[in-house]
Amino acid sequence: MTKFSMTRRVMMAAAVATLGLGGAASAGSHQVLERIHFLIPGGAGGGWDGTARGTGEALTRSGLIGSATYENMSGGGGGKAIGFLIENAASQQDTLMVNSTPIVIRSLTGVFPYNFRDLTLVASIIGDYAAIVVNKDSPINSMSDLVAAYKADMGGTAIGGGSVPGGMDHLVAAMVMQAAGEDPTAVKYIPYDAGGKAMAALLSGEIKALSTGFSEAVELARAGEVRIIGVTADARVDAFPDAPTMKEQGIDMTFVNWRGFFAAPGLPADKLARFQEVLAKMYDTPEWEEVRARNGWVNIHNSGDDFRVFLEEQEQIIGDLMRKLGFL
Amino acid sequence: MLEGILIGLSTAFSVTNVLMVVGGCLIGTFIGMLPGLGPMSIIAIMIPIAIGIGDPSAALILLAGVYYGAIFGGSTSSILINAPGVASTVATSFDGYPLARQGKAGKALTVAAIASFAGGSIGAVLLMIFAPMLASVALLFHSAEYFALMVVGLSAIAAFAGSGQVLKAVLMTLLGLIMATVGEGALFNLPRFTMGIMDLQSGFGFITLAMAMFALPEAIYLVLDPGRSNAGGGGGNEIKDLRISRAEARQIAPVIGRQSIQGFLIGVLPGAGATIASFLGYAVERNIAPREEQKEFGKGSLKGLAAPESANNAACTGSFVPLLTLGIPGSGTTAILLGALIALNVSPGPRLMVDEPEIFWAVIISMYLGNVVLLILNLPLIPYIARVLAVPRSFLIPFILFFTLMGAYIGQNNATELLLLVGLGVAATALRLADYPLAPLLIGFILGAMLEDNFARSMQLYDGVSFIWERPMTAGLLVLAAVLVLLPGYRRLRTRMRARGIEGGD
Repeated sequence: MTKFSMTRRVMMAAAVATLGLGGAASAGSHQVLERIHFLIPGGAGGGWDGTARGTGEALTRSGLIGSATYENMSGGGGGKAIGFLIENAASQQDTLMVNSTPIVIRSLTGVFPYNFRDLTLVASIIGDYAAIVVNKDSPINSMSDLVAAYKADMGGTAIGGGSVPGGMDHLVAAMVMQAAGEDPTAVKYIPYDAGGKAMAALLSGEIKALSTGFSEAVELARAGEVRIIGVTADARVDAFPDAPTMKEQGIDMTFVNWRGFFAAPGLPADKLARFQEVLAKMYDTPEWEEVRARNGWVNIHNSGDDFRVFLEEQEQIIGDLMRKLGFL
Repeated sequence: MLEGILIGLSTAFSVTNVLMVVGGCLIGTFIGMLPGLGPMSIIAIMIPIAIGIGDPSAALILLAGVYYGAIFGGSTSSILINAPGVASTVATSFDGYPLARQGKAGKALTVAAIASFAGGSIGAVLLMIFAPMLASVALLFHSAEYFALMVVGLSAIAAFAGSGQVLKAVLMTLLGLIMATVGEGALFNLPRFTMGIMDLQSGFGFITLAMAMFALPEAIYLVLDPGRSNAGGGGGNEIKDLRISRAEARQIAPVIGRQSIQGFLIGVLPGAGATIASFLGYAVERNIAPREEQKEFGKGSLKGLAAPESANNAACTGSFVPLLTLGIPGSGTTAILLGALIALNVSPGPRLMVDEPEIFWAVIISMYLGNVVLLILNLPLIPYIARVLAVPRSFLIPFILFFTLMGAYIGQNNATELLLLVGLGVAATALRLADYPLAPLLIGFILGAMLEDNFARSMQLYDGVSFIWERPMTAGLLVLAAVLVLLPGYRRLRTRMRARGIEGGD
């Protein structure tokens, strides 16, 4: 949990703890749960970590729960934490594990021997759309320019991204090309291990376009270095209305990278209902709005059966595409 | 650039960061004085703390402060008890210790402090001029050039291995490269060489490895070899009269000027670093000194003291050039700093100056500050600080063990890291006992992953290895790498000065 006397995180946590205590004392009436233990399958500072700690912060500060604790358990691409939750289900009734789209992808590719059905589905809470961006000086101005360039020279139109081949950024690029009527298997996808490196490659001209998360793309576009030529949302997103959607450019596809929570298998129904209630109530609190706005997240709430349907659908689409691309 | 400098000034002079510089310099000086604990060990111990801070500028400023402090602390123990805590201050003891024995310890410490200050400050000015120039060229780099650059970085290891050590250094580099392949590569979905252990799926942890290579073996060494610590009984020399005369100042000024520039340039070369800079500085100054002064060298010459002191500090600063602009470490110490930056989600490289100017410039500005702090803090405090030399081993060993084990655990909250740490630490100690240098292993480990990624990317972009001859810059860098591999033989002829049996790296 990276606790040190001087860290900002600890100071923040201390502030949260004191506020949380005060809140609990004054507003004990609407407290739904005593405590939640957040299990984070990755290290401190990543996207999962931020989601769990942000949720915990909003829940404690608004008094919806009494206290929140956090545990980072990295390893096995998230598999270690999933295995831990399954093996210790009986003693982990207060635990919520954070996860996201990769749990679907990694169980398909067999990185770990589990999938989301082995856990109790609680809810997805936030999400991020995907986006395709180009260098601001690029002759490519729209998705149709990119598709035309791709048609003309498949090998020379490399698209980069921050995930491994077969990972999310690659799949988005392939889905876009498939929806545009092109061959998704011929996409020359170049993986980078950090957003900064992919960005440097875009600026040096090594790659023609970059497939990345929308919130990251917005940050880059605001810095004036890139142009967003397509976002995978249904309609233009308020956070950056200049970015056109794929759909309005005739490419019929949407994609959202969700983040949400899972609980131990065999969780009693009333406990699950409490978890879902507390997360649903969180959306109406100003504390959550502050956390959400600070991180640029989009609220995407799917609870219980809706979450299951959403995951099964996503698994189907991604599985089909990965089989087509030869990753399965 | 001016805007960047202003951002850097405001970042570096924030209360937190000034405290980081002061704290880093003090910690570095104290620990650097302890015989056996070099900057690499100290920085390895400090990394979890720096990463815990969370803010990359503050973390790097702290670590850089520790770095200069350690080099300075090493000089103090070299002069007072002839026990250099750091390989790069071995040359300092050549003339520093004789001076102390003649009762001129105070004078020697003053000269060392002033020479260090000048070396560090001149180095920082040069860094400020050179780094942006280099970074603007590197912005044009594609994956192919980065691949070639990593090859240059690796081949430079051979260049800075001591005589008779080249083969061992190459072997250790290869071992580092092999260890880098463990886990899920950035470009492949599947785990490799994890032997089914889930904790290895994301590879060896950098912090764990750095601690196992440089911190844990120190503690084990102290247990195994009781004679090594407290060599000389500690601070027996009376320190008085810190002043130097005007004539002496005039004598050492040109030495300091020359060696600051030479030291910086050697530091910039990947693989060279402060140790080589200090020996080379000493050798050059002795060779160009007038005949009667030449006899003084080794018997307490102020010039012989000033030369390695300004050279090693300037080289420390110089080694930040390849780190900050190209993202390749020139030495074991900067390799550790690079790992720490990556752990803080900062990718050092040409984009650093554009994307995060506050980090880039704050570090450079903090170097000036660090040098001033060292001068102000250390000159009046030297007699008191020197008492650290008398720390008994019974305190020193648990101190190192505590920070090492805590640090490895806190990073990941994972008890397996502790088992890995101890296992690798024992293996590292065995390698050290067999006189294998450990810095090349860590450099190989850090560069290995980047080497592989960039190579694989270039292969994909060019559908083969044609990028090696189709891209002139790539070809040029690879030729440079070949030259660096062939260089050690040539250099061995030139610098027979280098004492044997000194720990590699700086």
